[in-house]
Amino acid sequence: MAAAVLALSALGLSLVFGVMRVVNVAHGEFFMLGAMLAWWTAKMVPGGPLAGFMAALVVAPAAVGFLAFLTERLLLRRIKYDPEATIVATIGLLFVIQQLALSLFGADAKPVAAPFTYRIAFPWFGYSGYKLFVVVASVFILVGVWWVLARTRYGLIMRVTQFDRETATAFGIPVNTVYSAVFVAGAALVAVAAVLIVPIQQAHYLMGLDPLLMSFIVVIIGGLGSIKGSVIAALIIGMADGIISVFFSPTLASIIATLAVALVLVVRPQGLFGVTAR
Amino acid sequence: MFLHLAVIAALFLAQFAASEYIVLMLTRIMVLAIFAIGYNLLFGYTGLLSLGHAMFFATGLYAAALGTTLMGLTVPAAFAFAVLAGLAVSLVMGVITLRASGVAFMIVTLMFSQAAFLTVLYFGEYTRGDEGIVIPDTIRKFAFLGFDVDLANAVLRYNLALAFLGCAIAFSLLIVRSRIGHILIAIRENETRTSMLGYDVQRYKLAAFVMSGTLSAFSGACYALMFAYAGSTLASIQYSIHPLLWTLLGGASTVLGPVLGTGLMFVLVDLASSYTNANLLMIGVVLILLVLFFPKGILGTIRERYWKWLP
Repeated sequence: MAAAVLALSALGLSLVFGVMRVVNVAHGEFFMLGAMLAWWTAKMVPGGPLAGFMAALVVAPAAVGFLAFLTERLLLRRIKYDPEATIVATIGLLFVIQQLALSLFGADAKPVAAPFTYRIAFPWFGYSGYKLFVVVASVFILVGVWWVLARTRYGLIMRVTQFDRETATAFGIPVNTVYSAVFVAGAALVAVAAVLIVPIQQAHYLMGLDPLLMSFIVVIIGGLGSIKGSVIAALIIGMADGIISVFFSPTLASIIATLAVALVLVVRPQGLFGVTAR
Repeated sequence: MFLHLAVIAALFLAQFAASEYIVLMLTRIMVLAIFAIGYNLLFGYTGLLSLGHAMFFATGLYAAALGTTLMGLTVPAAFAFAVLAGLAVSLVMGVITLRASGVAFMIVTLMFSQAAFLTVLYFGEYTRGDEGIVIPDTIRKFAFLGFDVDLANAVLRYNLALAFLGCAIAFSLLIVRSRIGHILIAIRENETRTSMLGYDVQRYKLAAFVMSGTLSAFSGACYALMFAYAGSTLASIQYSIHPLLWTLLGGASTVLGPVLGTGLMFVLVDLASSYTNANLLMIGVVLILLVLFFPKGILGTIRERYWKWLP
């Protein structure tokens, strides 16, 4: 379960890094905003949790995507996607979003009701139907993104832009539009992940940091920019995190995950599935 | 050179004119400016952007705090212990993190720093987590070279911090003007070319990393011993971002830039705190504005336009 959502949020980060070669440190805050918006829509929309959930699935990615669009236009494009400047600027953005969320929504954790509470009863244990739904939905989205990237014209354009920016421009590909679209898509993906997770884990203005760090870990282990690597690493890390958390404290689980990254870096600086930076 | 002496002299004279509150604030600024100077050695001169310097600051902080309270070290011994701990931690971290370069280096330092922060929380039994360790005043009184020193004394503390800051500035100047400094700048400007010229780039990067980390740890030790407090918030990600912000604001790769940036940011936060308590918002906005409009910082811009000689 954790692995599925982790894969989704890491996918957004990996997609943005893969195509644009920039790291969005505010990625976790987009996640937090998605969760907050899910809570807000659920409160605003009448007609029970299901209607609220459906509305949130539309509202949260749209709003977060719009914010990402503004970020890309007003911030990243002006600093010409310089890797260091982007990191510093998105750190600034992280603080701004966090503080605004605190002022607008308050510091208390906000629960959101699950759209359905069907419980699947196996002979030996019961399992929450919603959690299963999250897994299935995540797998669908992952396959969908893979399909777009590998099989459609848009995916081809993205891969071309990733491979060689100048040549892509020379062949008439609107690189700036591609960058915009990829950045927005990355943010929208993480917002969807947030809407999916929020009935299980409450929305809180500080919730962005953990998924950010976990996404970093996943993306590094999987190889920066490699989507296949990200998904596999998310599965490993998500499960390992869950298993270690059962036996030890979550703090220790995070420490161990970080040390795993250290090992990967020492052995293979480019990650498990990454290609060396060109 | 004269400019640097003038700054130190001005800070010395300031204590006679300033109120008690300002003296305390200046003490804090000077201690943290040492942190920023250490950061600048790595970021400004070597061109390596670390997002994990809170780890080194916290190393010094907790080495000093735990050293005095649990291990029964005297204050001078605690300083030495903190510096050694900083040296060891930054050496190990440098060997590991410098295998990554560019963006990966930033992310890896950020994550190690977070792991260090979590470790502090994990050993809450000793570090007391959020609540922090308070160093009792009795420990902070000690005899050194025949003098009785009491770190709770505001005037003494101010001048001690000033002396340390002077040493840090001198150290930074010395490094920057030396052969090593020139090689570090060469690495920042063009790493491949520097290694083609026959320099062992990796070794110089490690040296810069260790100097930077050790200086940060020293600043952490000063903070713990002078303000008698070590808490986990001082190890959090925010304290990795602070030195970056201070250095960028004052001007990266200028010796006095980090000092100016630290002071200015403190004044800004202090002024703003009478209107709003949204410190994070301000830090965020300043960061974004700096990146967009003012990437060289204050002293960097001055050097570019007027004072070409500024080190």
